[in-house]
Amino acid sequence: MDLTGYWEVLREYPVLHAFWVNITLTFWSGLLSLVLGTVAVAMRISPIASLRLAATFYVNVFRDIPLTIVMVAMYSVVWVSLGIEFSDTFTTNFYILAVIGLGLYHGSFVAEALRSGVNTVPLGQAEAARAIGLTFIQSARIIILPQAFRGAVAPLGNTLIALIKNTTVASATAVATETSGVMAAMIENRPDHVILIFLTFAIGYVIIVVPVGVLITHLSQRLAVKR
Amino acid sequence: MSAQPSLLFDAPGPKTRRRIMYGNIVGVAIVAVLLGAALYRLWDYGQLSPDMWRIIFEPVSWTAYFLPGLWNTITAAVLSIVGAMIFGLLFGVARLSVHRPLRWFASVVVEFLRAVPVLLMMIFLWTFLGQTTLPNPSFWAVVIALIAYNGSVVAELVRSGVINLPHGQHEAAMAIGLRRGQALTHVEVPQALLAMMPALVAQLVVALKDSALGQAIAYAELLRQATLLGTPLNTLQTIFVASVIFILINFGLGKLGEWSSRKMRARGIDLNDEAAEEIPINVTSSAVQNMLEPVNVSGHYDETERQLQGHLDPAELHRLDIPHGRGLELGHGHGGASKPRRGQGKPDSPPRGDRD
Repeated sequence: MDLTGYWEVLREYPVLHAFWVNITLTFWSGLLSLVLGTVAVAMRISPIASLRLAATFYVNVFRDIPLTIVMVAMYSVVWVSLGIEFSDTFTTNFYILAVIGLGLYHGSFVAEALRSGVNTVPLGQAEAARAIGLTFIQSARIIILPQAFRGAVAPLGNTLIALIKNTTVASATAVATETSGVMAAMIENRPDHVILIFLTFAIGYVIIVVPVGVLITHLSQRLAVKR
Repeated sequence: MSAQPSLLFDAPGPKTRRRIMYGNIVGVAIVAVLLGAALYRLWDYGQLSPDMWRIIFEPVSWTAYFLPGLWNTITAAVLSIVGAMIFGLLFGVARLSVHRPLRWFASVVVEFLRAVPVLLMMIFLWTFLGQTTLPNPSFWAVVIALIAYNGSVVAELVRSGVINLPHGQHEAAMAIGLRRGQALTHVEVPQALLAMMPALVAQLVVALKDSALGQAIAYAELLRQATLLGTPLNTLQTIFVASVIFILINFGLGKLGEWSSRKMRARGIDLNDEAAEEIPINVTSSAVQNMLEPVNVSGHYDETERQLQGHLDPAELHRLDIPHGRGLELGHGHGGASKPRRGQGKPDSPPRGDRD
């Protein structure tokens, strides 16, 4: 088998940089989704009905909508139809739009993960917090959410793994430098090496995702609150 | 959700009620401001004018775009979830096999497919199948990629479902002489499958959502049809329609999943690990009770009790903390007052073996 064409195409395209783009996308959108998810879950457990309703609406809508629609809409609705721009540079603008789309979508999953974490906190913890006179916000901040985070490590980790893989959909928001775009271009250039090119990227994802999975299993056991 | 928040705060007093009311006012105000800003933006860009929305009410938009797209989305999702079931059963059972090479092979395949993004698989399969003579490569690329990913998830569901079964199921299957493979296919996997039903419905939602990835490889599913119809001026409206269709279907499926998990619980099938542990405990405790019970069933001890009334008063029996039937037997046998009569006070009766 003649591999020279494969080596050529591998040198020609920025494969490692493509993975780096996906990793930074994961970082920023993960941060955004963590913030959105925490706020949403705090709203969902709050005594204020309007906030509960708003958060439930957000979570249910973004959980049931395909990520591809969100990402396509970030480009063709938010940018094209509504003219919302975050930067004068095209690439930066698309990057930020992709981060917002990924963050909004995964924020709903973070909220669900945290809610399952809240459910692991025994009722007595909330009652004890009230008994020593903490207000709702204090008991949520000091007592409930810290334990909820620790109880939610496994579902949060699953969300993180999903996010790592889902950053490939950023190509739908015109982020061309990430892995799916680069892989598509490489395959288009050398369709005769389609299997090798795919395996290169696939193994790259295995190398990223499998250790993260192992780490999360380890962390979820280590951080679990003993009851 | 309605029951859960009330656990986290008390029934509000007058002061808190006032605070909650202020909170509600602020909350409504924030939501209203956000909504208003979005609507203003939409209006400002002319997206709210009736002319822009006319396109989604035209019959041809539905007959030529939305409905065929929806049909393609559903066929791809349903076909792939059926395929994923078959794939998942095969690989889930293979991961539980006693043959190490088979187990490792299945584990490597499942872990690989779970780690690779579905979009990459689709792009690869699209080009790869396009080089073959297979008709409609974009459809098969979507279906096969979805089978590969969802199948590996189902394989994990099968595996964890079998592992979480009570040990007794496997032991009982062994005890009646089934081979390990038979025990898996006839006893363990069927039970795991029933407990998996809600998770399978959830996986169907995932397949439906992921089929939208097919728009990147020119598969004419709902999102692609919507963007085609809307380009260049009406994408907001057509994507809005596609989103609403997806949300309605997935919301309905979510409710179906909740219903099926309630149904499973009602049938006594345990969907989580804590509940699974309860069955053996109940079985044991009632078995222990049954073992202690027969003592009185035969009626022998009632008779002896009457005979012994004079020798030991019940208070003393109580003080010695000897169970009734037991204590009497002890007094009878070890006291040597009389020879044990035939057929009475069996020396190896269950209670003795249990306590000593």
